[in-house]
Amino acid sequence: MENNRRNFLKFAGVTVLGLGSLSLLDGLTSDDVIASAGQTSAEEIYKKGANALTAKRWGMVVDTRIITAAICRKMENACHQTHNVPDHANKRHEIKWIWDTEYKHAFPEKTDLFLAERFEHLPIPVFCNHCANPPCVQACPTQATFQRADGLVLMDFHRCIGCRFCMAACPYGSRSFNFRDPREAIKNENPEFPTRMKGVVEKCNFCAERLAVGKEPACVEASDGALIFGDLEDPQSEIRKLLKENYAIRRKQNLGTNPSVYYIV
Amino acid sequence: MLDKALKGSKSYWIWIFVLLGVIGTGFTFYLKQLDFGLGITGMSRDVTWGFYIAQFTFLVGVAASAVMLVIPYYLHNYKAFGRIMIMGEFLAISSMIMCILFIIADLGQPMRLLNVLLYPTPHSMLFWDMIVLSGYLLINLVVSWNVLDAERNSVPPAKWLKPIIYLSVPWAISIHTVTAYLYCGLPGRGFWLTAILAPRFLASAFAGGPAFLILLCLIVRRVTNFDPGREQIQSLSKVVVYGSIANMFFFLCEVFVAMYSQIPEHLDHLQYLFFGLHGHGVLVPWMWTAMALIVSGIILLLIPAARKNEAVLAVACAFTFIGIWIDKGMGMVAGGFVPNPLHEVNEYFPTFPEVMIAVAVYGTGFLILTILYKVFVGVKEELAA
Repeated sequence: MENNRRNFLKFAGVTVLGLGSLSLLDGLTSDDVIASAGQTSAEEIYKKGANALTAKRWGMVVDTRIITAAICRKMENACHQTHNVPDHANKRHEIKWIWDTEYKHAFPEKTDLFLAERFEHLPIPVFCNHCANPPCVQACPTQATFQRADGLVLMDFHRCIGCRFCMAACPYGSRSFNFRDPREAIKNENPEFPTRMKGVVEKCNFCAERLAVGKEPACVEASDGALIFGDLEDPQSEIRKLLKENYAIRRKQNLGTNPSVYYIV
Repeated sequence: MLDKALKGSKSYWIWIFVLLGVIGTGFTFYLKQLDFGLGITGMSRDVTWGFYIAQFTFLVGVAASAVMLVIPYYLHNYKAFGRIMIMGEFLAISSMIMCILFIIADLGQPMRLLNVLLYPTPHSMLFWDMIVLSGYLLINLVVSWNVLDAERNSVPPAKWLKPIIYLSVPWAISIHTVTAYLYCGLPGRGFWLTAILAPRFLASAFAGGPAFLILLCLIVRRVTNFDPGREQIQSLSKVVVYGSIANMFFFLCEVFVAMYSQIPEHLDHLQYLFFGLHGHGVLVPWMWTAMALIVSGIILLLIPAARKNEAVLAVACAFTFIGIWIDKGMGMVAGGFVPNPLHEVNEYFPTFPEVMIAVAVYGTGFLILTILYKVFVGVKEELAA
């Protein structure tokens, strides 16, 4: 908190001294500034407890043999409820952390004229790939998007300036921008996870806040075994065993982003 | 010298107040955007940059084009451009200020802009863009103001200005190169992922910027007692046509690579822009209009008799300027986002409030340009008297 306040004061000082026009903006939207200063930082949200789950590099396996539309709905609801993802009526303002799409959209470079029938309309869940080489982290001018040592690509909602450079950089369309106040469109607010304000980007965080208290990601819990989460660097982990025994693909592997999400087909 | 902007004719003041009215109107829409969020624009989850960033990109080019006066005058001793040098630099200054305003207009959290300085991040191209843009603004402010002041006092410009002027040449190239790097280094965006983007940005800048400067010269001649000069305007018109042809050449190289290789990630965007994709083609008429304007501009400028007729020249310059504005603005930015990374087609078109905010930024730019040109013409008139 102390650190927060100091940063805020430093920021306010520089703003006032710096650009007159910007201090004017400060005045106009002071509610937001004060609100953000009083909120929890990324460090606090993801602070690890004694029973935290840890890994060298977190990864996910999606078993498309198990996936159904009903499971996709359950996972989406679990994720969006856990993370206070708003439900806007206007499609342009849409926020989504996890959703399902057709094979041809999830893997546009792997589409085929004579695709196995099962894949024609199979819902494929898509979300942030937590790339080992993330273009969004490279693009972010303020390090509001950053990569943790365990591979998670996370966001500091209070540092994000809303330039949306990360959204242009992401080759998977995994990021959403708050084009308007999200708080008006949250039905059952989860007090365990912060709500966001308008003008910042957000995306799937592999439930870093749940891992910190020893819980698996919400989508994994709701997936009826279709999603398997674990340590990609640990040869004994369940996901490594699955990958050893089954052929799996990743989205747009050719781009060199090295995604941490595998799809068993 | 600024006091010269305070004495003007009735029509000067009417123009100033018209601009202030435009700025004020647009600013009310900006207040609405601050309150509601960027949702009042036509941007979406799929097309995350739109009209603002398009104008920003275009105006970086206009600013960089001042170098097309600096190189002939300072490096090749082409004296004629000395007469309009300051006009080019003042145009660069007002363009840079518009660029900064468009960036601020586009931010979701504008009051956090200084986070870019508080957490400097060299691996982000936006960090470098901020450095080169503010540096270029500073260079042009220092150089133009000191050179004009020296001219007013009938003394040669201070010696320490020379290295800064030489520095301004690579610096002008850098602002548009780094702006292109914002786009062309992104792995998933096939339309922008091309090494020709920065050269093409520069070529279109060296056509569009000087074309606008010619129009400004013709306006200044008409509304003031200062004549920028026929030779100057004619020389600039040759810069425009070289730039415009280079721009089209680079564009055709791009079209060839996309169409001959037929790699979908590259081809789809061009197809969307010029023919529509999966039944969506809101930009198709705009793109063909842009191409028609640019090509007609080139033809008119290539014919010496046409180019030498200043009425025809004005038309050719307006064609070139508007054509490049459409192509580089709307086409380049929206075209890169459609289709989206999941190969879905969600189109973009700016909304009324979005356009009004952009008009207000242009109004601010024109206000600054008017004041700066008033000072410039005032000094020239004082010297002539």
